[in-house]
Amino acid sequence: MDISEAIVLAGSAIGAGLAMIAGIGPGIGEGYAVGKACEAIARQPEASGAVTRTMFVGCAVAESTGIYGLIIALLLIFLKPFT
Amino acid sequence: MAIMAIPAFLQGSTDLNVSGPNIIASFEIFGITIRFTETIVLEWIVMAVILGLCVFLTRNLKVNGVSKRQVIAEMAVEAITNLVRDTMGKSWLGFTPYIATIFCFSIFGSLLSLTGLRAVTSDFSVLATWAAITFILITATKIRFGGVGGYLKGFLDPIPVMLPINILSEVATPVAMALRHFGNIAGGSIIMGLVYFGLTGLSHLVKLQIPILTIGIPAVLSLYFDLFSDFMQAFIFIMLTMVFISNAAPPEDETQTA
Repeated sequence: MDISEAIVLAGSAIGAGLAMIAGIGPGIGEGYAVGKACEAIARQPEASGAVTRTMFVGCAVAESTGIYGLIIALLLIFLKPFT
Repeated sequence: MAIMAIPAFLQGSTDLNVSGPNIIASFEIFGITIRFTETIVLEWIVMAVILGLCVFLTRNLKVNGVSKRQVIAEMAVEAITNLVRDTMGKSWLGFTPYIATIFCFSIFGSLLSLTGLRAVTSDFSVLATWAAITFILITATKIRFGGVGGYLKGFLDPIPVMLPINILSEVATPVAMALRHFGNIAGGSIIMGLVYFGLTGLSHLVKLQIPILTIGIPAVLSLYFDLFSDFMQAFIFIMLTMVFISNAAPPEDETQTA
């Protein structure tokens, strides 16, 4: 393997690892959302259906940034755009 | 003791192979290469399964003395109808067949991974297609309620400076929907592949010829990545579809129907 190609591959791998740091944000955000949903259900158990539905949609939207990180990591590892 | 030859299917996954769907054939029309992939074949299988299930469940429908099959079919239809009515409102019930189709297709397409085949939803083009259909429906709803002029004027809302941001958010909606579903299913399948590969290597490390460690342990993860995640993503996809489509209508219309 050429040395320049090796450097690019190593950089891609490190970049993929760094991209997955994006997972921290959704983790914190979704945890907060679920905690608030638990509070809401405890306060108003009859609204649990609506609260749960809204929470899942909110979680899905909050997850976007983490998924973007994952996509970048997948691209860097499997598509190798810079080699 | 002589080492016996171990059949290939008992050796576990000895090489890590993560790739896109296999291309079965490719041909060219008007200079555009059209690839006939594994996903298309699997999609037809999923469609045949859903069609067969529908035909099986809805045969001999009766008013009195209903069979178990009919009860299951009625439960499924009622659940989806109630979901659409609760989320979108009564005047949007015409969207129920589309929502139910996407839901069934997503669930069956994702659960295909339980049979060892490739999940249909781990191919981005499938999700991109669904998201494109949803995008068309959102735009059509906006034009239906506001006219073409109202739709174009919506991009200048609230001030004309917001035009680029509005266009970006319009495009980001379907892209984010497709990427979310794809990322979850594809990421899950990659993690499962890594787990099988790692456990096979671990059992070879402790001198087990047959990778016994891959029995049972991955099932716990598979429960999350193959079952929970599939249902969750299908549900989230249809929820977001419903929310975006009903949000495309002006809010005063919603208060009338609610």
